Amino acid sequence: MRIDCLLAGVGGQGTVLASKIIAQTAISNQCFARTSETIGMAQRGGCVVSHVRIGDQNCSPAIPIGMADLIIGFEPAEALRNIGFLKSDGQLLVNINPIIPVTSSLGGSSYQAADMIDYLQSTRRQAVFVDGQKLCAAAGTAKVLNVIMLGVAIKQQLLPFSREEVLTTITENLPAKFLELNRKALEIGYNFQQYV
Amino acid sequence: MKTKLLMGNEAIGLGAIRAGVNVVCGYPGTPSTEVLETIAKYRGNDIYVEWSVNEKVALEVAAGAAYAGARTLVTMKQVGLNVASDPLMSLIYIGIKGGMVVLVADDPGPISSQTEQDTRHFARYAHLPVFDPSTPEEAYTMIGEAFALSEKYNTPVLFRPTTQVCHACASVETDDERYRNKIAGFIKDPKWVIFPRLSYQNHIKIDANEAKISQDFSVSPYNHISGQGPLGIVGCGVSFTYVTEALTTINTPVKVLKLATPHPFPDKLAITFLQGLEEVLVIEELDPVVEENLLRLCGKLSLAVRITGKLTKAMPVAGKYSYEIVAAAISKFLGQAQAALPKTVELPQLPLRPPVLCAGCPHRASFYSVKQALKKTGQKAVFTGDIGCYTLGNAQPLDMVDTCLCMGAGITIAQGLQLAEPDRKQIAFIGDSTFFHTGIPGIINAVYNETDITVIILDNSTTAMTGHQPHPGTGKTMMGNISEKISIENVLKGCGVPFVAKANPLNLAQAVETVIAAVNHQGVSVVIFEAPCIAIVKPNAFQEIKESCIGCKKCIKEIGCPAMSAVDDKVTINPHLCYGCQLCGQICPVQAIGGLN
Repeated sequence: MRIDCLLAGVGGQGTVLASKIIAQTAISNQCFARTSETIGMAQRGGCVVSHVRIGDQNCSPAIPIGMADLIIGFEPAEALRNIGFLKSDGQLLVNINPIIPVTSSLGGSSYQAADMIDYLQSTRRQAVFVDGQKLCAAAGTAKVLNVIMLGVAIKQQLLPFSREEVLTTITENLPAKFLELNRKALEIGYNFQQYV
Repeated sequence: MKTKLLMGNEAIGLGAIRAGVNVVCGYPGTPSTEVLETIAKYRGNDIYVEWSVNEKVALEVAAGAAYAGARTLVTMKQVGLNVASDPLMSLIYIGIKGGMVVLVADDPGPISSQTEQDTRHFARYAHLPVFDPSTPEEAYTMIGEAFALSEKYNTPVLFRPTTQVCHACASVETDDERYRNKIAGFIKDPKWVIFPRLSYQNHIKIDANEAKISQDFSVSPYNHISGQGPLGIVGCGVSFTYVTEALTTINTPVKVLKLATPHPFPDKLAITFLQGLEEVLVIEELDPVVEENLLRLCGKLSLAVRITGKLTKAMPVAGKYSYEIVAAAISKFLGQAQAALPKTVELPQLPLRPPVLCAGCPHRASFYSVKQALKKTGQKAVFTGDIGCYTLGNAQPLDMVDTCLCMGAGITIAQGLQLAEPDRKQIAFIGDSTFFHTGIPGIINAVYNETDITVIILDNSTTAMTGHQPHPGTGKTMMGNISEKISIENVLKGCGVPFVAKANPLNLAQAVETVIAAVNHQGVSVVIFEAPCIAIVKPNAFQEIKESCIGCKKCIKEIGCPAMSAVDDKVTINPHLCYGCQLCGQICPVQAIGGLN
């Protein structure tokens, strides 16, 4: 197994934790994993990019441009910002709910969500779009967007893991008090039907 | 044996436990912080861990323990080494008994630091051995080597990972081996007292030891030569991983030297590498330390090998490296056509997402109230900032940080500005942890020299920016104990500050009034703004925009809270981001913002 997966989102969305779940699940499947993050100075609200590299110890910490097999975008602008990392035949999974930075409201740069999603759709790669807010509502909290996205990725076969393998990683590595919530979130993602 | 995903800093922390570390001291600083936190988490009953007030103190506490034979680890970021360099420079002459590793994390980029200084350079200047791990898995065992070397030569040893090792994660094989260090105790001896004559004698010993360590490093398993041909590439630290990955797509034979111990330079190994080569490309981030050493050897041995790297502009002199930069340089060096970069396509407009203070951050209210106070009094002022989350107060629309230099410098720079421009108000901002770190001497200096400045202490009860570490004002220690909280107010009063007032910045009217009183005080005045970081308290009821909103957007324009956004003239508050600090409600001219129950 050799996969380069990039996760992009906004600080506070749980991107880094999702990348660790992917990497730890790969390790449980006897694959080497390496991850790294680019995080700015902000505690919350800044751009966060996680690189997960599975299956080759002789790799550097970050995915080269144009080499990612998969991008999981937790937010449309952040998915688009990192689209250059994706292989020409790479796959995309994107949450369509924008997080509009305050700079846009201050007149710095406008946020055109529809244009971004149109663009992502037009790239002719396999692209899965989810309404994360709606799925989170079913789980009862926005905090499980990361696990929901993993559930979708497994079902759509964007990641080579089973639901059970990911659940084992969650059970063994995350606080027990959130296990039920995470299990539910994983199910919600797994049962998601892609929009036609 | 177990294989687990570990962050580089976790691997180093676990590696230090495995190596039998007894005492660990440090000051938080990105990207080094998690090393000490990891040890605190897994320390068991026989390892002592503390966050010291600053890096100088941390190093001295560790040195004391090492004099008695304890294995000690000191952790800091690269600029922290500047603070700790006074005791370290002398300690090299005194030496230690128990193994002492000084972990200094460098930050190429820089990602979250003031400088791109290179600790390998410091190692050379200070005559200290230095280890430079390339990956988390390598760092796990290498830290043990560092302790062993330290004890072999009775010298402190530097361990210098970079951001892409500290914060990267990898599959790391860990084991349950654990070295047990017996602490012999301090033995009275004149060698522990530094005097000029002793320093002279020890300087000679240090020089002799450097030659021996260079020999040791030449046979270190962390350094090796592979491949062959007339062209050579050297990769030092994390840069070696870029070299390895770049070479997977290149078939030209090339000789590669992997280096993990840049000082004392492993001359013998490097000479073996240089022999038979025509040209070398050196891949190392920050300063050309390895490159200069290779040039030295070529000069010394009259080797006709052309050394290229930063000094020949073959590599960028600043910033962090990446696969792309290294692969392009190697292709050029090997005379290969570079793989065409993927075509850049025009993307739809992307919104900027600069770092900002969190929604609900009390610093926002503190900056805003000072701004409003000065507006009311009509005074001109310079706002000197310091190191912490509150450096982000420079962003629009607050725009309240005019200077930022290093830890503790806000208070002292204000004093200098006041001397040069006595008619302007000088207002210094400093956080609680930074106050304890190096803020206090500046306060004493201001009182003693009768300057006229106002200091605003942003006391959020934690060291927020590095991930919420305790400090003397919190009354919590890394050993899990509750100690006496050190009151900032009492410290200030003890230093003789004539005007000290406390206020809650989230009560805007009261905060503005307090600032006005402080600014009008002739002499040193201090306002302590007390409100906890949102990350350590539960949120209040989130706020909502009422029907009566007139769409003036004053709330957004004045404070720039990331929970607020406006599409056309309609303002909304994101309930997932809002912490219910209620600052916006105090700014709204028509009382159209309120909390939900």
